[in-house]
Amino acid sequence: MGAGVIELENVSYGYGGGELLSDVSVQLQPGSFHFLTGPSGAGKTTLLKLCYGALLASSGRISAFGQDIARLDRDQMALLRRRIGVVHQDCRFLDHMTLAENVALPLMVSGRTDESRRADLAELLTWVGLGSRMDALPPELSGGERQRAALARAVILSPDVVLADEPTGNVDWEMSQRLMQLLIELNRMGKTVVIATHDLSLIRAAKSHVQARVLRISQRRLHLAGADL
Amino acid sequence: MIGQDIRTLLRRDTRADRVVPPTGFTAHLTLFVSGAMAFLAVFALALSLAAGRLADRWASELAGAATLRINAPAEQRAAQTQAALEVLKQTPGVASARALSAEEQAALLAPWFGPDLPLDTLPVPQLIEIIEGEPGLDTMGLRLRLAAEVPGAVLDDHSRWREPLVDAANSLRRLGWISILLIGGATAAMITLAANASLAANAQIIEVLRQVGARDRFIAGAFVRRFTWRAFFGAVVGTVLGLTGVLLLPEASDAGGFLTGLGFQGADWLLPAVIPVLGAAVAFAATWSAARRKLKELS
Repeated sequence: MGAGVIELENVSYGYGGGELLSDVSVQLQPGSFHFLTGPSGAGKTTLLKLCYGALLASSGRISAFGQDIARLDRDQMALLRRRIGVVHQDCRFLDHMTLAENVALPLMVSGRTDESRRADLAELLTWVGLGSRMDALPPELSGGERQRAALARAVILSPDVVLADEPTGNVDWEMSQRLMQLLIELNRMGKTVVIATHDLSLIRAAKSHVQARVLRISQRRLHLAGADL
Repeated sequence: MIGQDIRTLLRRDTRADRVVPPTGFTAHLTLFVSGAMAFLAVFALALSLAAGRLADRWASELAGAATLRINAPAEQRAAQTQAALEVLKQTPGVASARALSAEEQAALLAPWFGPDLPLDTLPVPQLIEIIEGEPGLDTMGLRLRLAAEVPGAVLDDHSRWREPLVDAANSLRRLGWISILLIGGATAAMITLAANASLAANAQIIEVLRQVGARDRFIAGAFVRRFTWRAFFGAVVGTVLGLTGVLLLPEASDAGGFLTGLGFQGADWLLPAVIPVLGAAVAFAATWSAARRKLKELS
């Protein structure tokens, strides 16, 4: 194996005596687009967390940008996470900070707070349709606004990989299409995109706009989905 | 590492500090504890410095002098006094010696017996004040000679008064410094507890920060700066209140003795300015240590 931005080799993950994922191997090529699907509780979120080091595999090897994740110290892990943008389904924010400050958090923690970056921030918020909501506090945002804000925060450092966990889970169909469009645009910019979703209609709709590989988790293993999608 | 951390702390980054919520009971706790401890530290410092001054004064006032007491029948007192003065004149290490007048002796007894004491009707011994000079008084040799030539003479070199008094004053000074150390330790413990509580309450914020690529140093720094500045401001307020309290104490006077001499004198008034800085340093170390430990736990 090699050349993948993120690679999983024979990865297993278990907790509480049970195994959730077993012998998973996958390689995410630069600029590729993946859907990760499977029933609720199949391990989609777990697999994404393994990819960015929030969880460590019970066995097997996970590497990101050529580095073995299990061997990274906390500082190295922080640097790795600046290259992997993550959008969570529950979109956690710092409620005492404005939307603009929340989206700019990755800039702040990486020490990039110069004027040009702030201009980028305004442009990015406009791109996700939140240009007029910069001063709003997170509790004032709707579900769709939170998802778009989370997406903006995930990509503000221009990461190589974007991992999105059920990014359309809390929004209506129209908003989910808009979010998908944003993710497809990111992919066209050369980003590797992985979207975990159980919504097959979303995958079918997206496949007409992007060349995507669909991976399905079933019975603890990862399979390449067939043409039935 | 530490030097860099301190420089980072001094370069206050208000935007980065905003990641820590500005309110919560830990904020009030830190302010109150640092203020109260600084207030107490001012008094402990005042006590320690006053005790030090007292020890120095007692040591210098009583050292270098001795008293000769002539316990003789009234008809022999003048002759023995004269003989004792002759002996002292010939003794090496005696710079000067003089017999106290009846008025001076009455003044010494006045605090206990009042000013109208009829001294001439009482068998009060004659006192001779001796001022020591170079090369120092050989008290043992002088006692032997006085025993032979002036049988009613008793030499008191003040050591039995001076040493316990100086020891007591030094103990008081040590107690003052120990109090300051205990205050520092208690402050560190309380701020550590407050920092731990704040870190635990903000675990979700820490998770978000880590997810967006924050290093532990950034997260710890944000908490450390918050607690350090809070402790500093609390300590400034406590120190100002403590100094006000010291200013309101009665001024030093002979009548009040030690208790009225508890304030600061001269350049000593500048010393309390160190308390907020020390408070901030204690808070910095306590929060930094707590944050590093907690962040490791949360990994």
